[in-house]
Amino acid sequence: MTAATDYTLAELCIVAASQSFADEGEALGTGIGVIPRLAASLAMKTTNPDLMMTDSEAWMLSEPNPVGKRSADFVPATESWMGFSRIFDNVWSGKRHAMLGPTQIDKFGQSNTSALGGTYDKPKVMMLGARGFPGNSISHPNSFFVPDHNTRVFMEGECDFVSSIGYNPARLPRGHSLDDIDIRLVITNLCVMDFGGPDHQVRLVSLHPGVTVEQVQENTGYPVSISDTVPTTEAPTAAQLDIIAALDPHNQRAHQIKGNPPGNRALTEA
Amino acid sequence: MNKQMTAAQAVAQLRDGMTIGIGGWGPRRKPMALVREILRSDLKELTVVAYGGADVGMLCAAGKVKKVVFAFVSLDFIPLEPYFRKARQSGSIEVMEIDEGMMLLGLRAASWGIPFIPTEVGLGTDIITQNPDIKVIDSPYDDKEWVAMPALKLDASLIHADKADVRGVCQIAGPDHYMDDWFARAAAKTYVSCDELVETDYFHDPAQARMVHWERSMTTGVIPIAGGAHPTSCSPLYGFDVPHFKAYSASAKDDEGIQGYLNKFLGASEDEYQRNVGGLDAIRAIELPSY
Repeated sequence: MTAATDYTLAELCIVAASQSFADEGEALGTGIGVIPRLAASLAMKTTNPDLMMTDSEAWMLSEPNPVGKRSADFVPATESWMGFSRIFDNVWSGKRHAMLGPTQIDKFGQSNTSALGGTYDKPKVMMLGARGFPGNSISHPNSFFVPDHNTRVFMEGECDFVSSIGYNPARLPRGHSLDDIDIRLVITNLCVMDFGGPDHQVRLVSLHPGVTVEQVQENTGYPVSISDTVPTTEAPTAAQLDIIAALDPHNQRAHQIKGNPPGNRALTEA
Repeated sequence: MNKQMTAAQAVAQLRDGMTIGIGGWGPRRKPMALVREILRSDLKELTVVAYGGADVGMLCAAGKVKKVVFAFVSLDFIPLEPYFRKARQSGSIEVMEIDEGMMLLGLRAASWGIPFIPTEVGLGTDIITQNPDIKVIDSPYDDKEWVAMPALKLDASLIHADKADVRGVCQIAGPDHYMDDWFARAAAKTYVSCDELVETDYFHDPAQARMVHWERSMTTGVIPIAGGAHPTSCSPLYGFDVPHFKAYSASAKDDEGIQGYLNKFLGASEDEYQRNVGGLDAIRAIELPSY
């Protein structure tokens, strides 16, 4: 497969994020938001045909649905009922990998979807609430997608509200080990990271084309573990781009990262 | 037994300070006509348990709520519910914030008459630190600690179904009945509004009976109100009303706030409400969302 030269940052992120689901085997892949959903869908169409997927409503599909409005004669490849109560049976079985976009992610990999600032009784900004993050984080592997990598998301200190468990020894439940927690990839508009550094420190896995190590560190509110040679995030292949285009016929992916920049920013900024 | 009643009769059976469960999910199949009847009443100090949307936001804004038990309150396509957000940011309500699955466990525990269900959900998070009433316990079978998710006992539940007969056999034909069966079971009294009242023999077809998710003994009252879920969806009958939710959401930024919204839409009865939003045919014509 030859790498494409003309691709957007969103497409680069979709391909990089799809790696999260590649080795998951027969588990439910849940991507919340356009880029995570396309990432899981791409994995199901390429690297992991055993992946399971829902229609984001109430049915399991044997083929991912294209994103957005579909023609009246479209027939989804339904394979079973999967209402929300059954989603939790699946979550607690551990056979799931979710990719979500929290508002804060701290140095422990703890995340916040609930509230910012003020006090808990009177937060400055109320957000969604804990949603399913507590259960997801202790039950199955999880990855994060962050469309705007900055120090407000990757902030200093601990999350204002901890919605999901991370590698924080001070909060480790009795009888558990930090190795029970399974945060996989963090895909951002700058790079791919994981928590595979020393003592589960956040670690730079690859840099997107045209991004520097310094940019990543400057935009992260805590030290990132960086090896001597950091690879560049692999460019999408033409075949991957075709599959993505078919999965996203209305090009919703163009609206997910501010300005919809090209995947190789060195080309425009040079 | 004939359980048919009006929304006013159902709401008249509720009392100040009660814990009320509300079925549906975010902007989907909420018993909004019953919620509106509460807005027209002088009920107050309610504890609301819900996978919340505008039901929670409206009740908070109208001063009906003492406490919300929630995992999220969201309109989905408008992620943050504007009036719930205001209520939280002004510190005017108490909360019990839990995980979505913990709510399911709490409803199951209440349904089964047990005090709690053990789970690892919530461990290591602020769900535990911010909820001193949720205990972490030892297990008699292993050396781990477990969250004892307490039963969420409800004085009453409000649910919207597609069809029901007067005996309280309720059908949800949409793709997901969410946790509505557990809301029905966890409550001392369950009031179900329905888009259509049907004869009992409608359910003699097993394909129809398959979409009945709780026994009629769990249903206290049946309130026929076509379009009663508006502005939320009632799949497969109608979708959620995007322009209406946008107007509702925008009203939170006006000086008048919820009062402006209520003056414009609520009316003295559901008939008046439906006239104010364009009528039942307009509700029934709202396209279903694509996910």
